[in-house]
Amino acid sequence: MTNTYTVYQLTRYISDLFELDPALQDVWVEGEVSNFTRASSGHLYFTLKDDKSELRCVMWRSQAELLPFDPQHGDAILAHGQVTVYEARGQYQLTCDILQPAGVGDLNRQFELLKARLEAEGLFDVDRKRPIPVFPRRIGVVTSPTTAAFQDIQNVIRRRFPLLDVILSPALVQGKDAPPQIVAAIERLNAHTDADVILVARGGGSLEDLWCFNDETVVRAVAASRIPVVTGVGHEIDFTLVDFAADQRAPTPSAAAELVTPDGVILRSTIRDLSAQLADSLTAALDDCRRALESSGRVLDRLSPLNRIQNARQRVDDLAARIDAFTRHGLARRRDRLQARIDALNAANPTALLARGYAIVTRAGDGHRVSSAHDADAGTRLLIALHDGRLTADVRQRETDT
Amino acid sequence: MSDDAAHTDLTFEQAFAQLEEIVARLESGDLTLEESVTLYEQGQTLARLCGTLLDTAELRVQQISDDGTLSPLA
Repeated sequence: MTNTYTVYQLTRYISDLFELDPALQDVWVEGEVSNFTRASSGHLYFTLKDDKSELRCVMWRSQAELLPFDPQHGDAILAHGQVTVYEARGQYQLTCDILQPAGVGDLNRQFELLKARLEAEGLFDVDRKRPIPVFPRRIGVVTSPTTAAFQDIQNVIRRRFPLLDVILSPALVQGKDAPPQIVAAIERLNAHTDADVILVARGGGSLEDLWCFNDETVVRAVAASRIPVVTGVGHEIDFTLVDFAADQRAPTPSAAAELVTPDGVILRSTIRDLSAQLADSLTAALDDCRRALESSGRVLDRLSPLNRIQNARQRVDDLAARIDAFTRHGLARRRDRLQARIDALNAANPTALLARGYAIVTRAGDGHRVSSAHDADAGTRLLIALHDGRLTADVRQRETDT
Repeated sequence: MSDDAAHTDLTFEQAFAQLEEIVARLESGDLTLEESVTLYEQGQTLARLCGTLLDTAELRVQQISDDGTLSPLA
């Protein structure tokens, strides 16, 4: 007994031994959970055991909060951490930083556990989803600049709707450094730009390659983004947790780019349609005016004095015709009456009598018309007028009836 | 194309929205012929502008750095 330690000194000594042994500072242990308690401080205390031994374990609140599941009594789990000494009790323990379900501790199991927890928290709720603007002016892209995914996105946007800005917010999209970089890239766009939408994109890869998109911090950053987020991670069949947190999920980076851009071809045809509608509307308006004009013209025609003038002209013609007819009638009648008189006159013409054998006898001496036997004595020279000449005769004898 | 020049400060979105509005107004009727002709001309100018914007646009690609500054990306 050359040296005596205090209890504390010995405990410190042992504690130092543990801390100097690298094997004890980075250790994986598998066992069954018992005596699990979550203290009001948030720290977890439990025991891992197998059929031969027991190990006391602790997980501090800072890690415990990130734990995607609650270990249950009897669960087989895989724990990672450092072996340390709890000096107050002189007990060694495993200070855990990772806990995984053992046996089912594959990536799928973790995925389902984290998904269930975030879902229960409401991070994937449908009513959290925001609409994607129809005509974005700025699109933030979170991806690695060297990837095919970024080229695909640019090509799709250039082809469909090049009327916008693309802002690349670069981040590793694979490996353990990827989650903090993706989170920072999303936050950078939110803090410094007025992008209308953010694409979080990565091309296809193995389940492990895409794992950073199942990282809880990344999922939370997507959910917390002020700017709506569209994800395009992996291929059609790949679903990552960011897909559930995003406002919209597209199956690939190219599909995500299509989803956030209007189709230029359709837009052009829509513009042509609108232009044609304009022309149709104007033509219709012109037709309306023309019809109204024609209708007014007809009304005007009806009210025109031309009609009255024509009416008056017709009456004049009518009167003229009547005057003419009247005049013709009058003339005919007069002609008839004249003819009658001429006939009467003719009937009274002595010449006609002479023609029928009568004669006019006058005394040659004094021209006295002889109409009586008393008018001439024997010896009186008489002139006898016949219808075609005259005779001179001397009376030889006079005989009177009275 | 001096008509178009007067509208060059419009974004595609604005021009497109105005075009749709003008078509709707023109189709609603109830306008004087002069108003119709004016709207028609405005509409066709906007349609031309939309097409020109689409045809001549060149995608601008920038990169944002940690401190938020933007720089063109080749």
